[in-house]
Amino acid sequence: MKLKTWKEVTPGAVITEAGSALKFKTGSWRAFKPIWIEENCIQCMFCWLYCPDMAVKTKDGKRAEFDYDYCKGCGICAFECPGKKGNKAIVMEEEGK
Amino acid sequence: MSQKSQRIAAVTGNEAVAEALRQSNPDVCAAYPITPQTDLMQRFASFANNGKVKTEMILVESEHSAMSACIGAAAAGGRVVTATSGPGLALMWEMLFVASGMRLPIIMPVVNRSLSAPLNIHGDHSDAMGARDSGWIQLWSENAQEAYDNVIQAFRIAEHMDIRLPVMVCLDGFIISHSIERIEYLDDDTVKNFVREYKELLPLLNIKKPISYGPLILPDYYHEYKRAQHDVMAKVPKIVQEVAEDFEKASGRKYGLFESYRLEDAEIAIVVLNSAAGTTKDVIDEFRDRGIKAGLLKPRLFRPFPYVEIGEALKHLKAVCVLDRADSFGAYGPMFTEIAASLYPYKEKPLLINKIYGLGGRDYMPSQAELVLNELVDILNTGRVKTFKEYIGVRE
Repeated sequence: MKLKTWKEVTPGAVITEAGSALKFKTGSWRAFKPIWIEENCIQCMFCWLYCPDMAVKTKDGKRAEFDYDYCKGCGICAFECPGKKGNKAIVMEEEGK
Repeated sequence: MSQKSQRIAAVTGNEAVAEALRQSNPDVCAAYPITPQTDLMQRFASFANNGKVKTEMILVESEHSAMSACIGAAAAGGRVVTATSGPGLALMWEMLFVASGMRLPIIMPVVNRSLSAPLNIHGDHSDAMGARDSGWIQLWSENAQEAYDNVIQAFRIAEHMDIRLPVMVCLDGFIISHSIERIEYLDDDTVKNFVREYKELLPLLNIKKPISYGPLILPDYYHEYKRAQHDVMAKVPKIVQEVAEDFEKASGRKYGLFESYRLEDAEIAIVVLNSAAGTTKDVIDEFRDRGIKAGLLKPRLFRPFPYVEIGEALKHLKAVCVLDRADSFGAYGPMFTEIAASLYPYKEKPLLINKIYGLGGRDYMPSQAELVLNELVDILNTGRVKTFKEYIGVRE
């Protein structure tokens, strides 16, 4: 995206377009990345519920892959994940590893 | 150019400003009482309570909240006013930058009061000088008439579609706010026609076009927004002049970016803000009677500071004293640095000295102006400055 000059920005930094946050892929802030391990997932949907963004996707009412464009790697989903028989369905991995 | 039906009244500065706010009929006022502003807002609250204005009065728990509520109301799309003094303005500090950064045309009379400690309720300029870098336009007023006239003009400046910035109108606490003076009020219709209907710019309450105020702006854009804010400030002096010309047509009273008093042929001059200018003019007249070419410059628009115009007005002088009713501890007074900066580009320029006077409401007496003018005469004769910065009217 071409960055605007000071002559092109809106007065008072007002955002005049609704829903424009979609354009900003904030996933680049992430230092740790959540990994979903499907065989340990019991479909409790805690991760979907607790995600402070909307980075846990669903498909046909079931848990689907993370949306890494918006996941900032806060780790709440991994913390809340009950897993299956002591095995977490979400683990955090350092980015770039 | 005389007006139809000007009402002449004997009122205090606070009363005059409250009247200007009534006549401008704001949509919202959020305020918190603080001496010496209390009586101003109490009067305005009575207008609101008695149905004399359509204003929604919001009584809040602090000045931080007052300014926050003003910001919300102004972003929503209303004409918004408040007023404060000294520590109240200091408590607003964080929100002042939000108001100007969001380009919200809030009008705020500031009844100038000193800052604690030691605790003091009386008039000096420490409060507004502390807020000079907040992005607000600042108009300063010598007396109740100027405070009344400045408040009315402030609406037109702030709400101008090329400006959209908040304005502080400064008047000296107690000296002006609580002293009774002769005032010429404009009639209600004249003020109504002068301030005009409020026009919204990007109102938050327009649900057909949802927008957001106050986003997080990171290093990739913040600098651009500040550059834009700098640009809009540069447009202010021209608008202030245009509004003043219009105001002269409505009132017969003339305003500019600053007032010059017997300055054109002067050799020495005092630069001073607000009420002390009146006393100083009297003493200048006495010096003129004795054949000493003394003059005065009283800034009206302090932010943005009209460096070029003031530099041009002062450059021919031989010696100038800037009187500051606020101190920047460990530095020159806040107005001195501005005057020095406005004269810096000129090869030929007056010698400058700085006096700090009248802190915490200490009376500024004619004898102090005499002392300063005598020192300027001395500098004129010897070409030498003894002390660049000094307190006057202080027990040594």
